[in-house]
Amino acid sequence: MTPDLQCIDLTKRFGDTTAVSDVSFSVPPGSFFSILGPSGCGKTTIMRMIAGFLAPTSGDILIKGKSVLDVAPNRRPVNMVFQHLALFPMMNVADNIGYGLRRAGLPKRDITRKVGEVLERIGLPEIGRRRVDELSGGQKQRVAIARCMVLEPDLLLLDEPLGALDLKLRERMKIELKALQADFDTTFVYITHDQSEALVMSDQIAVMNQGRFEQMGTARDLYYRPETPFVAGFVGDSNRWSGRIERSDGGVLELRTEIGLLIRGTAQGRALGGGQSADIFVRPEAIRLSRKETELTSLDNHLKGHVTSLLFNAAASRVLVRDEGSAGEIEVALPQSGEFDDLAKGDVVHIGWSGEQANCFAAGAE
Amino acid sequence: MIDPKIDFRTKGVVMQKRRGSLKFIVSVATVSLLGLAHSASADTLRLLTWGGYAPENVVTLFEEETGNTVEVTKSNNEEMIAKLRATGGGGFDLVQPSQDRIAGPQAEFGIYKPIDLSKIDAAQFIPSMLEATKGNTTVDGEIYGVPHVWGTSGLVLDTTKAADVKDYTDLCNADVAGKVSYRLKRPTLIGFAFAMGMDPFAAYGDEAAYTDIMNKVEAKLIECKPNVKTYWGGGDELLNLVRSGEVVAAMAWDTGGWKLNADNPDITFVAPSSGALGWIDTFALPAKGKADDAAYAWINFVMQPKIAAMITEAAGNFTASKGADEFVSADLKARYQASFPPEAVDNIKWYPPVPAGLEAIEGGVLDRVKAAN
Amino acid sequence: MRDGTRLGFILLLTPLLLWLSLLIIIPHIDMFLVSLRERVGVGKYEISPANYLTFLQEPLYLWTFMRTAVMSVLATLITLIVGFPVAYYIAKMAKGRIQSLLFLLCLVPFWVSELVRTFGWMILLRETGVISSLLQYLGLIHGPVEMLYNDAAIMIGLVYTSMLFMVVPLISTLGSLDDAVIEAGYDLGGSGPSILWEIIIPHAMPGIVSGCIVVFMLSLGNYLTPTMLGGKDSLWFTELIYSQFIVRFNWELGAAFGFVLLILSSFIVWATLRLTGQTLEKTMG
Repeated sequence: MTPDLQCIDLTKRFGDTTAVSDVSFSVPPGSFFSILGPSGCGKTTIMRMIAGFLAPTSGDILIKGKSVLDVAPNRRPVNMVFQHLALFPMMNVADNIGYGLRRAGLPKRDITRKVGEVLERIGLPEIGRRRVDELSGGQKQRVAIARCMVLEPDLLLLDEPLGALDLKLRERMKIELKALQADFDTTFVYITHDQSEALVMSDQIAVMNQGRFEQMGTARDLYYRPETPFVAGFVGDSNRWSGRIERSDGGVLELRTEIGLLIRGTAQGRALGGGQSADIFVRPEAIRLSRKETELTSLDNHLKGHVTSLLFNAAASRVLVRDEGSAGEIEVALPQSGEFDDLAKGDVVHIGWSGEQANCFAAGAE
Repeated sequence: MIDPKIDFRTKGVVMQKRRGSLKFIVSVATVSLLGLAHSASADTLRLLTWGGYAPENVVTLFEEETGNTVEVTKSNNEEMIAKLRATGGGGFDLVQPSQDRIAGPQAEFGIYKPIDLSKIDAAQFIPSMLEATKGNTTVDGEIYGVPHVWGTSGLVLDTTKAADVKDYTDLCNADVAGKVSYRLKRPTLIGFAFAMGMDPFAAYGDEAAYTDIMNKVEAKLIECKPNVKTYWGGGDELLNLVRSGEVVAAMAWDTGGWKLNADNPDITFVAPSSGALGWIDTFALPAKGKADDAAYAWINFVMQPKIAAMITEAAGNFTASKGADEFVSADLKARYQASFPPEAVDNIKWYPPVPAGLEAIEGGVLDRVKAAN
Repeated sequence: MRDGTRLGFILLLTPLLLWLSLLIIIPHIDMFLVSLRERVGVGKYEISPANYLTFLQEPLYLWTFMRTAVMSVLATLITLIVGFPVAYYIAKMAKGRIQSLLFLLCLVPFWVSELVRTFGWMILLRETGVISSLLQYLGLIHGPVEMLYNDAAIMIGLVYTSMLFMVVPLISTLGSLDDAVIEAGYDLGGSGPSILWEIIIPHAMPGIVSGCIVVFMLSLGNYLTPTMLGGKDSLWFTELIYSQFIVRFNWELGAAFGFVLLILSSFIVWATLRLTGQTLEKTMG
C-alpha cells in the first residue's frame, strides 16, 4: 500500500545551521505518527516543510506517492492544526470551519451541510454561531481539528496543539484526539516534546534530536528497547551511570561506574568489549524495592542503602536511595501497593534489578 | 530678519525673552547709588511688533540704558489686532499696527488707549509724518498712534524680462503670462483700483461707490488670474519665486525688491506709474498695557536718529525719525533713490484709516477671485 | 481612611475636570455663542442664526466646504492604500533592526516642523525644483514643468503629513495578528487576496478605522499644506475660518464655520464607525 506520507533524505539548512539532516520515513494510511523531540530539534521544521511553508534544501516529500515539492501550501492535500490553533478570531465557528470550503468554491448549501456534519462529529452541534473567543480550550481544540477535517485532507499535521491546555484537559484531549483520529480514519502526523502525548496516542513514534531521527518504532519499542542513549534518556526516566566495561561475556556485561559501583547489564546485541567506556541506563520503575535482602537475591544487581528523599507524586512517586558502598544516589519507583506507605527518610532498604533492565551503550554514542 | 513684513504663513511669532537679570541688577544698583533714579521702576516691556523692528542690538542698548527688560513677539497687522481683540487689549504693553488699522478696530473693539503726547519727544519725528499719523489715528478726539517705520508696496520686477510692466494692471499682459505673482489681500485690490484709474481711498466713506470699485477690480483680477503663477503668502515665498526666475513681475514691498537687488542687479523695486501704496507702522498702546512708562521710554529711545538707523538696517525700511537718514548705509540709500525719484515720492498713496465694514466687501471679492476658474 | 481616599479621588479627578471644562467645554460653548451673534452696528450685536444662513446661502462657502470634505476623504483613502503595505511590511515581514529602522524612518519627517516639511515639498515640486530639473537632465521632458500649486500637490502634502498617523495604528493591530493565523489561511486553501480580504483586513479594522479617523481629522483641519502647496485655486475650509477670524475680524462667521466643521467631522466619524461596525472603544482603546 502506498504510504500517505513519505519523506526521503529530507534536509533543511538555514545558513550554516542544519535544522533537519537526511531524515527519511514513511507513514502508512490511517496511522497516528508522532515526532518526539526536545525543542529546537528540528521537528517543527519538518512539519512546516510538509505543510509547504518551507522548501527543503534537498530531499523529497511524497504524499500518496506524489511529490508535493512544487505544490503551494494552499494546494497541498495537507492541513495543519497550529500550536495555538490559529482560529480566525474575526469569524464565528461555522465561518471558521467553512473557510476552506468557501475557498474551494463549494456551493453555500453544501458548505452549511458539511459544517453541520463535522460539528456533529466533534460533538458540538450547537456552537456554529458562537464567536471563537466564547469557546473553552477543549472546544477550540476540536473546532481547529474540525476546520481541517471538513476538507478531508490526506494528512493532518498537528503542531503541539495541546501545549496551551491545563494538565487535566490535556489528559482528556489525548484520549479524545486518538478517538477523533480513529473516527475520521485520517493519517495524523503529530509533533510534540511531551513524551506522554506521543506514547499514549501514537502508532509510530520517531524520536528526533539535533536534526536527525534517533529511533523510530512503537511506544513500547522506544521504551523497552531504546537503540541510542538519547532515546534511553529522553523516553521515560532513567538512572544513568558512566563507567568502564570490566567484563563482557555473551551479551552479559559488568560495568564499573566512576563512583565504584559494579553493575551487571546488557548491550542488547550492540558490540561492547572489555575496557571500553560506556553509559548504563536503568529505569526507576525497573528497580525493585524491598525491606528484606532475601527477596532480591535472584536479581543480577542488588545493593543496600538508606532513603535520602521521598518524592511523592501519586502514581509517579520516587524514592532516592543512597548506596552504602559507593554513596551513589539511585532513583527508584515507589510501588503503590500499600507495602511502603510508611517508608520514611533514613530507613534502610534493599534494591535490585535484573541485568536485562540495565541497558548499556558505548560512551559518546550520543 | 529676512523680511520685515513676514506674513502669518511663515508663523514668524517667535518669542524672544531677554532676561538680562545680572545687567538689570547692576544697572538698578548703579542708578540708585548715584541717586539719579529717573526711572526707578524697572519694568518688562512686552512688545508686539514686526520682524526687524526690534533688532537684538537695539534691545540690548535699551535694556542697558533703562534697566527695563524687553520681550519681543513678532506678528503682523491682522494677528496683532486678533490677539488684542481676544484679550480685550491685554497681554502686551506696546504694539505696532499700521496707521490705517487703528481707528477702525478702536471704534469697534476698544483695544487701544490714548497716547499721552506730553511723554513723547515730538522733536525726534519728521513733523509731516507725525501730524498725518495723529490725524489718521484719532477717535473721539483722542490720539492713538505715532509713526515709526514706513514703506511702500509696488512692483518687484526682473527688468530684463518684464521691462514693459509699468503698473499693476500690466501684470495681466500676455508677455508675462504665468510668471506673475501677487498677494490675494487688500493692498492688491487698492493697487489695482488705482491702476485702473479709480480712487478707492476717496470712496472709503461711500459703501456703494466702494462696492462698485471693488466689483470692477474683481472682474479684472478674475480676468488676470490665468496670468498668475500663484498668489504668494509669505515674504520668503515671494523672494524664492523671484530669485529662482519662476516669477519675473510681482506686486510686493519695496524692501523685498531691494533685498533681491543686492543679489541680482536686474531685479529691483519699481514704483508703479499710478503710485506706490504707502504704509506707516505706528506705536500704539494696548488698552490693558501695564508698562506705559517703559513703552514711552522705548518710543523715545528708538526714535533717536542713530537707533532708528539701526532699525532701518535690520528692517530695510526707513523710519519717521528726523535725521536718521544720514546714519543709514549708502547702499540702502542708493537703492531707495533709484526706486523713488522725487516725483514718485510725491505720488505715494498713503493709506487712510480703514472704516469698519470695508473688510467684509473686500473679503467677498477676495473669496470670489480665489474661487474663480 | 475613607476621607483620605475620597480626597485622593478628588485630587486625581480635578485635573481631568479642569481640562475638560476649561479647554474643551467652555471654549466650545463660548464659540457657539459667538457664532450666534450678528453684528448690527459698530460694537452692537444681536442673537440670530444669520451666520449659519450666510454659510448656507453663499455657494462659495458651501462649495469650499464640500471640496474640503471630499479631498480629505480622498487623502485618507490614499493614505490608507499607501500606508497599509508599509505597515504590513514593518509589522509582519521586517525583523529586528530593520523593523525598528523602518519605523524610525516613518518618524523622521516629524523631527522637523510641518512648515519645513511643506517647504521641502515645494523645493521638490517647483518649476525650478529638484524633480523638474532631474526629469530635464534625464531628457524625459523638454523645458521645466510646474508640479506645484495644484490639487495633486495638496494630496501629496496631505498624504505625506498624515502617513505616520495611519501607519502607527496599523502596525500595532497588524502586529497583534498571529502569523499562524495567516499561515492557517494559506493552509486551508486561501489565496493571497482572500486572506487579505477575509483575515488581515477584518483583523486590522480597528487600526484602519482609528488611522482613518485621525488622518481625516488632520487633513480636514490642515491649514499650512493646502495653502502653501495649493496655489491660486486652492480652497480649503480652514483657510476661510482663518481669514474670517484674523483678516476680516469677523469672529462671528468664523465661529459658525468652525462649528459647521465640527459637525461635519463628528458626522463622518460616526458614519465611518457605523459603516465598519466598529465602536469608539474598540478603535481608540
